[in-house]
Amino acid sequence: MMLTSDISIGEAGVYALLGYAVVFFGLILLMCVVTAMGKYFAAKDTKMKAAASAAAQATAPAAPAAAPKKVAPGSAGELKLYDVEPKTAAMIMAIVANQMGKPLNELRFKSIKEVK
Amino acid sequence: MNVGAILLKLWSNSGFAAIITGFLSNNGWQNLVMLAISCVLLYLAIVKKFEPLLLVGIAFGCLLTNLPNAGLYHQDLWTAFMDPSSPMYHSFGQIMREGGLLDIFYIGVKTSLYPCLIFMGVGAMTDFGPLLSNPKSLLLGAAAQLGVFVAFFGAVCMGFTGQEAASIGIIGGADGPTAIFLTTRLAPHLLGAIAVAAYSYMALIPLIQPPIMNLLTTPETRKIKMVQTRNVSKTEKIIFPIIVTMFVALLLPDTAPLIGCLMLGNLFKETGCTDRLSDTVQNALMNIVTILLSTAVGSTMVGSTFLTAQTLKIVVLGVVAFGISTAGGLLGGNVMCMATKGKVNPLIGSAGVSAVPMAARVANKEGQKANPSNFLLMHAMGPNVAGVIGSAIAAGFLLSVFG
Repeated sequence: MMLTSDISIGEAGVYALLGYAVVFFGLILLMCVVTAMGKYFAAKDTKMKAAASAAAQATAPAAPAAAPKKVAPGSAGELKLYDVEPKTAAMIMAIVANQMGKPLNELRFKSIKEVK
Repeated sequence: MNVGAILLKLWSNSGFAAIITGFLSNNGWQNLVMLAISCVLLYLAIVKKFEPLLLVGIAFGCLLTNLPNAGLYHQDLWTAFMDPSSPMYHSFGQIMREGGLLDIFYIGVKTSLYPCLIFMGVGAMTDFGPLLSNPKSLLLGAAAQLGVFVAFFGAVCMGFTGQEAASIGIIGGADGPTAIFLTTRLAPHLLGAIAVAAYSYMALIPLIQPPIMNLLTTPETRKIKMVQTRNVSKTEKIIFPIIVTMFVALLLPDTAPLIGCLMLGNLFKETGCTDRLSDTVQNALMNIVTILLSTAVGSTMVGSTFLTAQTLKIVVLGVVAFGISTAGGLLGGNVMCMATKGKVNPLIGSAGVSAVPMAARVANKEGQKANPSNFLLMHAMGPNVAGVIGSAIAAGFLLSVFG
């Protein structure tokens, strides 16, 4: 069944060391590639954010100052949802309240954003 | 019409007669022992929930193949298939003509089709985001391959050939499809024992790893909370499988089938325009291949090749490989903890053995035992998926040396 003859213990030791080194070498190289890719995308993301905030600042004076929205007595204010369905937000708030052991009406949620 | 002759013929054709008449001379006792082993494996899978999705199929394949006269699997056909001097050498046509049902199932193992398709499913179910947000996780995935090479060395010391030792060592990678892929190529006669050992130990990770984790980490380091890593963009997640495939397959071409399928599955998941394919690979295809793979692997557990001292040695070497791989990952985690001045919890190193996501869950659980507000799961997923790539590279190295 076997195609090769037995190897000596010394040879096995060398193969083992070499194999472990090859795994490290391969994954270290891959780490370098992934790190470089990550840095490129992080820089691109920062640039885009900077451009977006500059554009927002440029348009801000032109926009009329929005009147503060009236809230109902006892209300904690408006909750901003970013890419989150109201139903999901309701579940999240209920879970947080449950985990903290506090009634939901004693907590204030300002915004809920989906982390992608 | 002679009723007596018919009954006599029915009796002589039955498996009971084969076991009784050939109890000592024709491996009848081995069949009985293997049937008992298959029942024990079924018990472990169904009652104790040891990787039931795979172990039920493996155990039932073992049961079927050891039923005398059933003719479902023919060890002699596969021996001739592997013999260069035989007219049946590498003749799948002969297997199709003369083989039983399990022989035909086994063609998918022999051609490495099933392990690769399983890897495609694993890829479609894996989120490489944690790895991309913390690329240093790859080092932990590499460190946790220590057991593969220590067990390989140990197997050679115990008298196994290089090819057999390589197949045994890969159990330490804690990656079933990779173990099957490599063993089929290098030591197919050990496939049953290696597959059962690999999947059994993967199921036992929650029992095997915690004592080693407690031994190699301090209570203080186990309490370390890790900070949230950066968000990874969709584009990065799409580019990653393409880059990894090119990079790893160019480095070690023997890993191309495994890595290629793993990354194709992941690409289906991440593109956003192949949701149907991703869904099929993750569910329908994965389930179908799991049935075929597990039954075919179980069918190789024939008494004459399984009931040997070698199987016991494989069982021992397998647990050693698992333990040392865990220790290697933890040592890597400790080094990273020191290098970052306590920003990395060393427990995540244990997840570098690739059993996804079980190993990451164990790291998270142990972290929460030390500090209930500690959530290591996402941090541990990085080394966990790095371990999948690491074990594929280790398999590629062993295949290129001994294949």
